[in-house]
Amino acid sequence: MPVLGRICLLLALVICVYGIGASLYGARSGRVEFSDSGRRAVYALAIVLTAAFAVLEVAFLRNDFAFNTVADTSSRTTPTFYRAAAVWSSQEGSLLLWAWLLSLWSSLALFLVRKRMRDIAAYATAILLGFGAFFIALMIFYATPFATRSPAPVEGVGLDPLLRFPTMMIHPPMLYSGYTLCTIPLAFAMGALIARRVDADWIRATRRFAFAAWLFLGVGILLGARWSYAELGWGGYWGWDAVENASLMPWLTGTAFLHSLMVQEKRGMLKVWNVSLVLATGTLAIMGTFLVRSGVLNSIHAFGGATLGVPFVTLIGVLIAGSIYLVVSRREMLRSEHRLDSLLSRESIFLANNVVLVALCFVIFWGTYFPLISEALTGNEASVGPPWFDRYTVPLALVLVLLSGIGPVIAWRRATLANARRNFVAPLLSALVALVALLAAGVSHKPFALAMFCCAAFVLGAVGQEFVRGTLARRAIAGEAPPVALLALVRRNRRRYGGYIVHIGIAVLFVGVAASSSFQHAVEQRLSPGSSSRVGAYTLRYVRPTATVTPKNDAAHTGSTLSLGAVVDVSKHGHHVATLRPSEGFYDSGEPAQGTVGHLIGGQAVSHISMSAGPTRDVWTAIAPDISAPALARIVTIGNRTLPADEAVVALGFLARAYLKNPPPAQFHFIVSPLVMWIWLGGLIVFGGGLIAIWPAPSAVRRRVAMRSRARSAHGLARA
Amino acid sequence: MQAVAVILAFVLLAVVLFVISGPLRARRAGDAQEQTHPSFEQAELEAAREAKYREIRDAELDLRTGKLSRADYESIDGTLRAEALKILDRLRALAGAETPETNGD
Repeated sequence: MPVLGRICLLLALVICVYGIGASLYGARSGRVEFSDSGRRAVYALAIVLTAAFAVLEVAFLRNDFAFNTVADTSSRTTPTFYRAAAVWSSQEGSLLLWAWLLSLWSSLALFLVRKRMRDIAAYATAILLGFGAFFIALMIFYATPFATRSPAPVEGVGLDPLLRFPTMMIHPPMLYSGYTLCTIPLAFAMGALIARRVDADWIRATRRFAFAAWLFLGVGILLGARWSYAELGWGGYWGWDAVENASLMPWLTGTAFLHSLMVQEKRGMLKVWNVSLVLATGTLAIMGTFLVRSGVLNSIHAFGGATLGVPFVTLIGVLIAGSIYLVVSRREMLRSEHRLDSLLSRESIFLANNVVLVALCFVIFWGTYFPLISEALTGNEASVGPPWFDRYTVPLALVLVLLSGIGPVIAWRRATLANARRNFVAPLLSALVALVALLAAGVSHKPFALAMFCCAAFVLGAVGQEFVRGTLARRAIAGEAPPVALLALVRRNRRRYGGYIVHIGIAVLFVGVAASSSFQHAVEQRLSPGSSSRVGAYTLRYVRPTATVTPKNDAAHTGSTLSLGAVVDVSKHGHHVATLRPSEGFYDSGEPAQGTVGHLIGGQAVSHISMSAGPTRDVWTAIAPDISAPALARIVTIGNRTLPADEAVVALGFLARAYLKNPPPAQFHFIVSPLVMWIWLGGLIVFGGGLIAIWPAPSAVRRRVAMRSRARSAHGLARA
Repeated sequence: MQAVAVILAFVLLAVVLFVISGPLRARRAGDAQEQTHPSFEQAELEAAREAKYREIRDAELDLRTGKLSRADYESIDGTLRAEALKILDRLRALAGAETPETNGD
């Protein structure tokens, strides 16, 4: 079947080249049938890449180690669940996933606009197929997922144990969906610039895809953070890792675009800004892929570093140069149709919000790329760590949260000072109450956290007031019961109130971030059974050791050959709170040189943390058992010397028993963090609000609303 | 297995050719009905009309939720309705008849 995969890739490249030619010819000559054929080439690409992806997926599920990617990233002991996800853990498989998702999303976007904007869509088709051709060419010439070896090995290396977690099944497809969706508004923006049609039509057509990109990227980022916190052994959810940053940057510019596009739709303003944001978001998405896939970074995410740097840099260079040329050459058409009526207007707040978001993006861009540029110029490795990022991002985040509370209470076009004063009473009171309560609780020693809590209270007050007033207004018109009026209000103004819900989610999320990073207690200590450690107000006692042998018995279901852990009792003021069971999994290295027993546990050791999570605090534990203790090392040495490969697992049983009988002191990492759950809860609220905002209004309602507006316009105009 | 792969590849090629050549075949066979699509200007005006309607609705909601004073609302609403009328007039002139049904949200 690798032959079928290779044929699919060649066919896909031919389809891309044909589609680009047909679309461009159709656009230039006005021959619609060629533009349509080009569009259908995208559908054909989706079919062919689906077939290619299916070939690779089947190879993974069938343990076909003749495929290099399968042999390198999977094994018979890798649980089926993770074998299915192992496709995108390799360089080659992830490129295929990128191209496949691009073809699917592009097909959907082009299908939805098939009867509109034919001139713009034809250029957008060519650009999207250009991206497709790039990634397919990479797979054909640099990193083919269908390369084989003969004879096929009987066993594969196995999936990186760090990736054997449910969130890692979903995280990459979410992130890649976000990245690929970012290219759709970019393609349409470029198409609009090339076709010289820079009105709001292309924005209307691609708005939902920009929103979907924002949503998928956000979910991907949050899943990555959750994976880092709940699965990796360091206890944090965000480390300013370059790959984390790479996904955050397009999300920030995408957020800015989602706000400023409303200004263009309503007022015909910020056209240069909007088109630049879309182009920047698409380019940052490609740069994010470049960071992960080029091997330029030394990061857990940049596994499988290869020689894709030059092609990616070339693509990014072409994108940046092309974007600048198009914006500069069309600057006359991109002039604003109106000016700001007042500095006290929602447009101004959106502009301020955009400036802060772009400033945040710039800071993160500089902190991420500066080490690379510095190393390229001087040859010396440089890096900037979390303190550097925190210095700039914390104040910007404070302003951002504050603006997300100010925006909803300010009217479009202009607001009077008297109205503004009245509208700020409730939010300011909320902030004041929060301030007094927090000062009374003694949190004055963390000024940034205190400021963030007050800003969040301001947002909750502002948005709460909006919901209350909107519901009351709705009741006054329709005489509905409050819950019905609230639902009707949201249903009839999805974008507005969906957006407000997003603001609530952001405030909740930042409260979680501020609290957990400012008021965390962490202890690293070596403990023997029976001894305990004090972490904040909690006492954690190492009750007894635990051990399991063979992948079948691995409690974490990650296929570890040996798992050593502990039962930890958590109590507060003498009262039992929770029983935790952290462990560390040891995996087969597949290296015969380590001995028949040694290789069974000689692979990567991965911490399986255990925590008690709650709305007010998380108690988080990780353990690093000392497997090199003399008594245990002796069993491995003897086993290596005396046991053949097929009986080596017996030694693991002895090892587990020895560990349980006479456990050496183990290194523990305990963390008590307040309000971490608020981060995940805030994320859920953000994405719930996003879904409400993105959800299309029923067509009947749309027609009715439009007709009523039209009638009112005519009536009002007659009145004037 | 190789033979199956080659057969599947040919099937895939046939599907691709069928999908891609559809519009070209239809055109050549004279089956293609020239669809009536709105002109660029009409599409632009329809988008502007939708945006204007949304602005009118938003201004009304801003008034009801206390973000706009009555005086400001009346001034903004009058301006918006006048702008909407201009767009409707241009659309009517373009269509030469009744304004087409909207499909925006």
